Amino acid sequence: MTNGRFGIHGGQYMPETLMNAVIELEEAYHRYQNDPDFNQELNTLLAEYAGRPSRLYFARRMTEDLGGAKIYLKREDLNHTGAHKINNVLGQVLLAKRMGKTRVIAETGAGQHGVATATAAALMGMECEVFMGEEDTKRQALNVYRMRLLGAKVHPVSSGTGTLKDAVSETMREWTNRISDTHYVLGSCMGPHPFPTIVRDFQAVIGKEIKEQLLEKEGKLPDAVLACVGGGSNAIGAFYDFIPDSSVRLIGCEAAGRGVDTFETAATIATGRLGIFHGMKSYFCQDEYGQIAPVYSISAGLDYPGIGPEHAHLHDTGRAEYVAVTDDEAVGAFEYLARMEGIIPAIESAHAVAYAKTLAPAMGKDQIIVINLSGRGDKDCAAIARYRGEDLHE
Amino acid sequence: MNKIQQAFANGKAFIPFLTCGDPSLAVTEELVCAMEQAGADLIELGIPFSDPTAEGPVIQAANLRALSGGVTTDQIFDMVRRIRTRSQIPMVFMTYANVVFSYGTERFLQTAAEIGMDGLILPDVPFEERTEFDGVCRKYGLSLISMIAPTSKERISQIAAKADGFVYCVSSLGVTGMRSEITTDIGSMVRLVKETKDIPCAVGFGIATPEQARRMASCSDGAIVGSAIVRLCGQYGDGCVPYVAEYVKEMKQAVLDT
Repeated sequence: MTNGRFGIHGGQYMPETLMNAVIELEEAYHRYQNDPDFNQELNTLLAEYAGRPSRLYFARRMTEDLGGAKIYLKREDLNHTGAHKINNVLGQVLLAKRMGKTRVIAETGAGQHGVATATAAALMGMECEVFMGEEDTKRQALNVYRMRLLGAKVHPVSSGTGTLKDAVSETMREWTNRISDTHYVLGSCMGPHPFPTIVRDFQAVIGKEIKEQLLEKEGKLPDAVLACVGGGSNAIGAFYDFIPDSSVRLIGCEAAGRGVDTFETAATIATGRLGIFHGMKSYFCQDEYGQIAPVYSISAGLDYPGIGPEHAHLHDTGRAEYVAVTDDEAVGAFEYLARMEGIIPAIESAHAVAYAKTLAPAMGKDQIIVINLSGRGDKDCAAIARYRGEDLHE
Repeated sequence: MNKIQQAFANGKAFIPFLTCGDPSLAVTEELVCAMEQAGADLIELGIPFSDPTAEGPVIQAANLRALSGGVTTDQIFDMVRRIRTRSQIPMVFMTYANVVFSYGTERFLQTAAEIGMDGLILPDVPFEERTEFDGVCRKYGLSLISMIAPTSKERISQIAAKADGFVYCVSSLGVTGMRSEITTDIGSMVRLVKETKDIPCAVGFGIATPEQARRMASCSDGAIVGSAIVRLCGQYGDGCVPYVAEYVKEMKQAVLDT
């Protein structure tokens, strides 16, 4: 057993009531992670049900328009349920089933992880309850309906700021209520050990595929891999296989909201400091007394005051870079990719697209950027229309 | 005998919890003195945290009220200094790891000891993460209180071996808050602790009525009550002191009746 540390980050800062549950999870994960039957079942689901491998698409018009590095899009948006979240969820729900659990609970921000969990629960005949910030149930009403359609019960969370962090807190509270038959399907590479490791391992398929696909198409490694970062699961999935390849820049794009010099931001690396929250030591947006800050981003999926502990460590060591992208830049990129490539990205993923627009022109034409397009943007259309002043409601 | 041990020397202990600054620090100060007179043996002072993941709705709301009122850790330290000119009742802080860590663990614990606190409870610091805080606590003569839960099972003996002050026995699954019924076999949890270490065990989570307090104290060394008191503070606001004092008197009587 490891102690779940990434440098100084990570750990297991959890109520005693849940400690045996996370220890049981760690033991089960060690038992099954290299089990041939488990992996065969998971890989079959990933291929036949989720649609893996996802495509690595050369964005020709975007590349020509920006006039610099070649841009490839890793099309996680084409997965079943429309985002990378399904990779982790299929793994965790399969694991929960092997552990004899009959009920799964999950937090969700934008609703993508909630939809993925509800989907996997329906597929495997498990009971499912999803906790979602009340504010987010309004921003992402369609996803609330999707979860209900899939048989899940959705609980709006009105405590605190009514966003993702409150949904996580409430799911943790619910887990302490009912443990023996229930697994908490945590959606990002955060929380207490072993979640950051489990989620990273189930998402690492993204980076492995990028490497294989790009070697086949270009015969070399990319020069930069870009991904948006809230908790950071799609980013760690895209980065992980490239960590030993020091020539590959790994760039996480955080949500700056209205700007890192305002209070309305969710850029943790840019504005946070070391703390302990939601089971882990990592960087958090907080005030001088350690009260967690009410963060803001147009993107419900990035609207979180912390970052996964492995990202915090990659930042400390300098192996990965973290940049902040504002709402305005993300919305601009959302519209840009729609017109340029006919692909509507999730507003979360649009943060990475936005940074690529800045980065690519400064790079050579022989260089390659891969953007992890973590999700599709159908869910965001109404909110972006409203951002642009249109009176559009779902 | 240190002050936490003294708290368990007056028959079964009654341990009330307050959220500091709800409704105001001036009222919290009066509540501490009134609860001491009403028979409280040890007081848990909650330092509010923005995201208290182990709390139910009553204490969550109190945390929010206190923080909205602008309460800070430094103001709470000042309040304790004022209390210590009037009362020597044993007191421990109850808060979340980030409140201590972000203040600077050493600076926080040194100050807590200087102003006359006796211990610290951190519900999000389990046995596995204890060392980070325990060493500094011991350096300044503070007890880091260990918690055990109905799910702890084989963990109880290792937790008890490192325990200091008293052991906080969580009565049931879930977060803090009043419950109509507590079904856990507290007696065997307490026995498992005492097989490893002779240390007082107090039971908390879900206790609201004198009958529940009596029952929990009968199989342990005392009862801890939070939400039921915090609810009175929320209900009566600035006028809550006599209501809380009356309640504490009744509850202390109940635990003595075991």
